[in-house]
Amino acid sequence: MSLSKQHEIHQRRRGRNIGLGLVLVAFIAIIFGLTVVKVSRGDFQMQPQGVSDGN
Amino acid sequence: MSDASFETRAHESEPQFGDYFALLKPRVMTLVVFTAFVGLLAAPVPLHPFVGFCAVLFIAVGGGASGALNMWYDADIDAKMRRTARRPIPAGKVTGEEALAIGLTLSAFSVIFLGLATNWLAAALLAFTIFFYVIIYTMWLKRLTPQNIVIGGAAGAFPPMIGWAAATGDISTASVLMFCLTFLWTPPHFWALALFVRMDYDNATVPMLTVTHGRRATRRHILAYTVLLAAFALGLGFTQVGGPIYLTVALVLNVLFVKGAVDIWRRDEAAAEADNYRAEKKFFKLSLLYLFAHFGAILVEAGLDRLGVWA
Repeated sequence: MSLSKQHEIHQRRRGRNIGLGLVLVAFIAIIFGLTVVKVSRGDFQMQPQGVSDGN
Repeated sequence: MSDASFETRAHESEPQFGDYFALLKPRVMTLVVFTAFVGLLAAPVPLHPFVGFCAVLFIAVGGGASGALNMWYDADIDAKMRRTARRPIPAGKVTGEEALAIGLTLSAFSVIFLGLATNWLAAALLAFTIFFYVIIYTMWLKRLTPQNIVIGGAAGAFPPMIGWAAATGDISTASVLMFCLTFLWTPPHFWALALFVRMDYDNATVPMLTVTHGRRATRRHILAYTVLLAAFALGLGFTQVGGPIYLTVALVLNVLFVKGAVDIWRRDEAAAEADNYRAEKKFFKLSLLYLFAHFGAILVEAGLDRLGVWA
C-alpha cells in the first residue's frame, strides 16, 4: 500500500490531524507561558544555604 | 495504529476530533470550569491570571479525563439507554481502548501539571476526584445502590474546592461549604428529573431510587436533601466568601426551592400526572438557576471585594 501525499487517508483524517495539531500548539504555548510567569516571579530561585536554619 | 486499521475501519465511521472531544463530556465540563473558576476567584489569595487560567484548564481536563474513563467502563450500559446510546463508544466511533488510553493519559497530565502550576494539595484533590468518580462511583457503587446519584454528585462537587486549593494551598470552611452546595444540590436536581422523565435505567440494570424505592420515597428524599441544602447554602453566606448579595440571593432562592420541594412532597402520582408533572418540571428548572445564581453571587462578591467596594 503506497501512501502518497494525495492518499485519501489524509483527506479522511484531516480534521483530526488539524485538531491534534492545535492541541499540541496550545500545549506548547501553555508550558511556555507558565515558565515565563514562574521564572519572572522567582518561583525557581534557590534559597541561600544557612539562612533559613538560623546558622 | 497499524496499517490494517486503515482498511478495517469503514470510512463513514472514521473518528473525527469531535468524537474524541465528546469523550470528555463537554457539557459536564462547563459546570466544572464555572465552579472551579468561582472557587479560585473567591479565594483570599490572588493568583497570577495566567496561572489561574491554567489551573482551571487542568481541572477541566481532569474532569474530562474522568468522563472518558467513565465512558470506557460504562460502554455496555450506555449502549442500552436512549440518552447515552449515541456516545462515541456505543456509537462505534471510538474504541474502548482508545477511550481508556485518552482517559489515563489526560488524568496523569492534568494532575501533574496542576501540581507544577499551582501546588500539590490541589493536584492531590484532583487526583482524588478522578479516583472517586471512576473507581468509587463508576466501577463500584453506580450499579450497586440507588444512592448512586448522591455519590456521583460528590465527584462533581470537588472543582470549587480544587480551585480554592490551587490559589490558597489549603482547605477551609468556605471551600468545604462550596463543595456541599453542589453535592447536596445534585440529588434533588436529578431526582426531580427522574420523576417526570421516564428513564430506561432498568434496561441497563442501574438501580434508580424511583424504581427501587418508589416515587413516594423519591419525593421524600427530594424534600430531605433540599432542606439540608438550604441550611448549607445559607451557612456559606456567613463565611469569608459570603456577603449581602450572596445572602439575598441565597435567601430568596432557598425559600423558593424548599417551597418547590414541599409541593413535590405533598403531591401523589395521580395529582402529578393530572397536570403533567408541572411542579416537578418547575422545580427542575429552578434547580438550574439555583446553582448558577449561588456561584454567580459568590463571583460577584469576590469581584466587588477585589475592587474594594466592601472596604
